[in-house]
Amino acid sequence: MKLLLVSALILCSSVVSAQGKYFTRDGHVKFFSATSVEDIEARNHKLTCVLDAASGQFEFAALMKSFEFKKPLMEEHFNENFVESNKYPKGTFKGSVQGLDGIDMANIPSGTNVVAAGKLEIHGVVKELELAATIESRDGGYAIHSTFKIVPEDYNIEIPNTVRDNIAKVVDVTVEAQLKAFNR
Amino acid sequence: MRLILVFAFLAFALSSTGQDDLLDLLGEDEPTQDFATAGFKTTRIINGHSFELNSHGVLDFKISHRFGRLNTGAYNLFGLDNAFMRIGLDYGVTEWLNVGIGRSGGAIKYYDSFVKARILRQQTGMKNVPVSLLWVTDLNIDANQVIDTSLLPYPFTNRMYYTNQIIVGRKFNDAISLQFMPSLVHRNFVRTKAESNDVIVLGVGGRVKLTRRVAINMEYHYVLPDQLDPKYSNSLSVGFDIETGGHVFQLHFTNSRGMAESVFLTETDGKWDAGDIHFGFNVSRVFTVHRPKRK
Repeated sequence: MKLLLVSALILCSSVVSAQGKYFTRDGHVKFFSATSVEDIEARNHKLTCVLDAASGQFEFAALMKSFEFKKPLMEEHFNENFVESNKYPKGTFKGSVQGLDGIDMANIPSGTNVVAAGKLEIHGVVKELELAATIESRDGGYAIHSTFKIVPEDYNIEIPNTVRDNIAKVVDVTVEAQLKAFNR
Repeated sequence: MRLILVFAFLAFALSSTGQDDLLDLLGEDEPTQDFATAGFKTTRIINGHSFELNSHGVLDFKISHRFGRLNTGAYNLFGLDNAFMRIGLDYGVTEWLNVGIGRSGGAIKYYDSFVKARILRQQTGMKNVPVSLLWVTDLNIDANQVIDTSLLPYPFTNRMYYTNQIIVGRKFNDAISLQFMPSLVHRNFVRTKAESNDVIVLGVGGRVKLTRRVAINMEYHYVLPDQLDPKYSNSLSVGFDIETGGHVFQLHFTNSRGMAESVFLTETDGKWDAGDIHFGFNVSRVFTVHRPKRK
C-alpha cells in the first residue's frame, strides 16, 4: 500500500503540467545574410515557442519549409540543396533561460537581459549555443527577443564555390515571440 | 529494498521521457500544405516540357543549341561547326500558369509560343495529391522560305502547327521524378495523303539526381504507327542538368534538331543507330521581375 502511494505520488508530481507554461505558434524567426554580391533574407512566421516560467526551460522550433524568401528560386535552393528540408524538416532549440533568479516573473521590466543556453539543431547537427535575449512581461505573457549568429558550415550546410560569394559566412538570426499562458 | 528498486525504476523511466519535451505539450503540429517542389531543375526535361513551372513573377531566359550530327565526322568537329539555335522567354503569370515565346533559327526557322497550366499539384499534408497534372498548348509557325515553287501561293495557315499535351508527373523521392505526356499535334498542311494531319504521340520522361546539383534526364516520344513519313523517327534524348545557382545548364544528346514542340515530335529526322545524334545544350537563367505579395 505504502509502495503504491509512493509510486502514485511520484507519477503525479512528474507528469508535465501545463501550469506556468507560456507558448506561441506564430512567433517570428528571420535570417539575414549580407555579402557584397547580394543580401538574402528569409522570414518564418510560424515559429513554435514554449517557456516554462517556473524552471526557465525554453524551446522553440521552426519548419524549414516555412521560410519565405524574396526570390522563389532561393527558397527552392534553400530547401533542396542547403538545409535539405525533406530530410531535416525542423530547426529546434532546446535550452533554459538563465538569470531568472531574483526576477519577479509576474512583472519583468522591459529590456531585461537574459541568456538562453542550450542546443540548437539545424540540418541534423546539434550545437551548444548561448543566445543573448531580452524578456519582458507583456499582455499576461512574455515578449521574447533574441538575435544571434550562426555559421552555416558548422551545421554541415555545404555551399558550393559557384555561390560562395553570394552567401555570408556568418548569418544573423532574429527570433521574436509573444508568449501567452498555456491552458489545456 | 523493493521500495528503493521501484523508486530507481520510476526515476529512470521519468528522467528518460518527461523532461526535455516541452514542445510536445503543444501536441501535434498544425497540418501544412507541402507541395512537391523541384521535381525537375527547370521547366524543360530536354526538348519537351517538364511538370515544373516558373513561379509567379519569374522570367526564364532560355538559350538552346543543337549542333550538327556526330556522324558528320572530324572535318565538322563532330557537328560543332553547325548549329541550330532557339532563344526563348518563359514567364510565370501566376503560380499555376506560364506563357512563353521562342524563335528557332539556323537551317530551320520557327516562331513558337505556348501556354502551360497546372491543374493539379502534387502535395501532402492537408490534402494528398499524388501527381501533378498539367496542360500545355503550343502554337508553332514555320518561318522558312517556300523553296518548292509548285506550292505557291502558300497560304499563311499552311505554316501553323498546334500541339496539345497533357503531362502527368510525380516526384517519387528527392532523386527520381517521372512523367507521362501524351500529345496531339495538328498540322494544317502535310505533303502527302499518307501523312496524317493529326498525329498522336506518347511521351515519357524522367530524371535521376546524381548529386544535389547534377541530374541525368531522359525523354522519349513514341509516335503511333502510320502517321508520319517513314523517314521520320521517334525522338529520344538523354542529358545532364547542372545547376549553378541562378543558371541551369542542360547538356544532352538527341536525334532531334528541332526545339519547337511540333518539330521534334513529328519531324525528327535523325536515327540513333545510324549515329545521327546531335550534341546540344539549353541554358536557363531566371530573373525575378515581379514580387507577388505573400499571404
